[in-house]
Amino acid sequence: MNFRAIAEVVMNASPAKEIEVLAMEQNESLTRFANNSIHQNVTERNVQITVRSVIGTKVGIAVSNDVRRDSLRELAIRAFDAARVQPDNPEFKGLPAQQAITPVGAFDDAVAECTPEQRAASVGSICRKAAASACSAAGSMTTSSLEIGVSNSKGILAEHRFTMADASTVVMGKNSSGWAQGTGWRLKAIEPEALADEAISKVRMGVDPIDFQPGDYTVILDPYATADLLEMLAFDGMGALAVQEGRSWMNGRLGQRIMADSVTIIDNGSSTAGMPWPFDFEGIPKKAVEIVASGVAMSPVYDSFTAGREEGKQSTGHATPPSPQGRFGPAPMNLFLMPGSTSLEAMIKSTKFGLYITRFWYTRTVHPRDAVVTGMTRDGTFVIRDGEIAHPIKSLRFTQSYVEALKYAEAIGVTPRLLRSGFGGAVSVPPVKLAKFRFTSSTR
Amino acid sequence: MKDFTSHAMNIAMAEGARYADIRILDHREQVVSVKNGNVDGVGDQYSQGFGIRVLVDNSWGFASSAYLEKAEIERVTSLAVKIAQASARVPGEPVDLGKPVTSVGKYTTPIQIDPFSISLEQKLDLMFRADEIMRRNPGVKVSEGNVISVRNHKFFSNTEEAFLEQVIYESGGAIAATAISDTEVQIRSHPNSFRYQGTGGWEYVTGADFTGNAERVAEEAVRLLSADVCPSKETTLILDSSQLALQIHESCGHPTELDRVFGTEAAFAGRSFLTTEKRNNFRYGSDIVNLTADSVRQTGLGTFGWDDEGVPATSTPLVRNGEFVGYLMSRETASRLGLESNGCMRADGWNRIPLIRMTNVSVEAGTWNFEDMIADTDDGIFMETNRSWSIDDMRLNFQFGTEVGYEIKGGKRGSLLKNCTYAGITPDFWKSCDAIANARHWRLWGTPNCGKGEPMQTMGTGHGAAPARFRNVKVGVFR
Repeated sequence: MNFRAIAEVVMNASPAKEIEVLAMEQNESLTRFANNSIHQNVTERNVQITVRSVIGTKVGIAVSNDVRRDSLRELAIRAFDAARVQPDNPEFKGLPAQQAITPVGAFDDAVAECTPEQRAASVGSICRKAAASACSAAGSMTTSSLEIGVSNSKGILAEHRFTMADASTVVMGKNSSGWAQGTGWRLKAIEPEALADEAISKVRMGVDPIDFQPGDYTVILDPYATADLLEMLAFDGMGALAVQEGRSWMNGRLGQRIMADSVTIIDNGSSTAGMPWPFDFEGIPKKAVEIVASGVAMSPVYDSFTAGREEGKQSTGHATPPSPQGRFGPAPMNLFLMPGSTSLEAMIKSTKFGLYITRFWYTRTVHPRDAVVTGMTRDGTFVIRDGEIAHPIKSLRFTQSYVEALKYAEAIGVTPRLLRSGFGGAVSVPPVKLAKFRFTSSTR
Repeated sequence: MKDFTSHAMNIAMAEGARYADIRILDHREQVVSVKNGNVDGVGDQYSQGFGIRVLVDNSWGFASSAYLEKAEIERVTSLAVKIAQASARVPGEPVDLGKPVTSVGKYTTPIQIDPFSISLEQKLDLMFRADEIMRRNPGVKVSEGNVISVRNHKFFSNTEEAFLEQVIYESGGAIAATAISDTEVQIRSHPNSFRYQGTGGWEYVTGADFTGNAERVAEEAVRLLSADVCPSKETTLILDSSQLALQIHESCGHPTELDRVFGTEAAFAGRSFLTTEKRNNFRYGSDIVNLTADSVRQTGLGTFGWDDEGVPATSTPLVRNGEFVGYLMSRETASRLGLESNGCMRADGWNRIPLIRMTNVSVEAGTWNFEDMIADTDDGIFMETNRSWSIDDMRLNFQFGTEVGYEIKGGKRGSLLKNCTYAGITPDFWKSCDAIANARHWRLWGTPNCGKGEPMQTMGTGHGAAPARFRNVKVGVFR
């Protein structure tokens, strides 16, 4: 993608003086397997150009994947026409101005050049290990390279390219299953055989699960389940738009100690321990934001629109892509739950009676103001008794405030794992031990 | 266009494919969104490109590109074949596609008013008028609304001589009012919470009567803040047709997808309790429960001429008189059961492979007048409009929340209830259904946001439903 050439054509064609061009080109390949064989194997080459045309306080948006010069000129006109017909929006304070960006390396040639044969070899090793254990494996491996460019009429010109590799598998036995996932911007972050071993070990631990009464229990969460805590808390209100509209769990809690002292949640777009991305979709550098510090709710993240609605606020560099569908609002996409000092083994050993949970599934918000979420456990739920894993149980449904759950955090794990987030970006999460978690029903 | 598609098919066959198909798609979407009296988003989104799917021996490959040029089609077709050859390194069962699909024709969604002929000014005016009515209520903290217009112009061809052109129009919109106190958020939306969307023209939007419902929506949102909380108990539950539509989507539509049954969604969307030995041999619901999958009912989000394998639109039963009788199928999965596809393969764009997706999965109307159903209920709760939803990976254990509920006492609708939830196990729930309202109350809803597959695909599905009654349901899961 020649971003600068695309931006120049659009800007030259635009009747608006204030304009922004965002372009993303993606080459993504995904190999999907089930029943120990590859059943889908796909690749995509696409580009998306989003133009924001500004007339005073009116903003028109047009999106296209057609990079021919005539189409780019038409795109500029469409965005202008969409702005022209609107009434003024006094809440919009203009496109942001240029800020210095510190580049960060996150591109691995090995990911960008990964072939279908290499992906087949990786998933093949998972399938063979599962078959050798009389199990059936399903999952996927993705390799992706993405170039992003943002330019606006106020001097912003930001460009970044990065790679992403992700592999996950669910391995199923007679009546149990296990899960494993790995994510990174380097190909070496994906260790297929280790993923297979991890999932198969859960299958073995989970044989013949028994029914279990729902209720309040101490839980130890694998990083996969911890990731859901962060993702849903982000979705339910780590962005300033949700706080400004009064629908966030942070409303009424800012500055208050609402979680255990051991809980610190940071969004850091420049850490190479995550999936680094130095600027947001407006071209503003991503600042490291302490969202929760030692249990205290500190601040949501901002984009230029939400910062403009509060006196003295600046964007923290967390804009999401502009969309004609409306503002999603700023969002953290590089979340870290800062590690503690307790190993997973020590957490289990210190538990008189509780549950050890691999992952959560199909979680949805029930009440946004308290981040009450319902969902199921999946791919391995176990009873801990007297410091040891006693036996597997059938999956349980929970209905629980995630804010309250982290208030009862007794221990944070020492070893984080980087996982691709369902809401975009990635989260870095260790296991956690929570003294109280509410389960509301069980399944068959 | 035929030159392009033929060229790709010839290359695929020459390079070793035993089957190939190509879809070329031009997607246009225009959206107007308003919030709190201001524009939240106005603009359009275009996307065009092509995707080629090939079968080499028994292995699939798929490649796609936004660059619709001859040289790129040649590159992408060859790449799809190479990917299929790589798939063969981890082989599966033999693939049988059944009898050839040779469909030829053109389908266009019947519309009265082209939604793209309505100006942005007109769309904004409609949304601003509804928004202004909601904001007259001082208790409303957030008022919002949007309308969407979609046109998908697609071509399909395969190596079995099929050649199809379809122009599918979708229109829709919704309004919502949010009231917020120091401790809670309450929302009311109209016509439903997932945006009211169907295949149709601008007439579909005007039929929703946003301005006529804006005052009610605002008033109900504010009133919910001081309403009683839904009690925790086991009781009789009556669902409105829009909530029942989502119940059908999650607990009937998804588990009848045959790819889930065969395990190919195990790692992402999940599997199904409706395993193959249960077909024609499993009581899914009570005798009055009849569920149908169709792609022919007008205005459904699952309505089209042919699916993305070129199989003609049709209507097939899933549950008859409570017995589980059928699946949603592709050519490949149907042949594994000795059946023929019922045309459920759909892709959400040119860059995605077709998957088994719901078309319009609906419960057929019953015999009750809704008013008689309420009058016939001594003690229970009527719940309306979805707010939250979750179901396990086998599609058995579910929990739903609704925006609003009403106590039913002595056959009369009573006080307003908030934070309503209900939970159950799919076949137990449907077996407890003892009343379904008649055709006068039946309505075809759209679910425009159904996620499935990797990379994730978002599909629109249709669901027809009438209000229905269920006995001994656990409600008030989280107070």
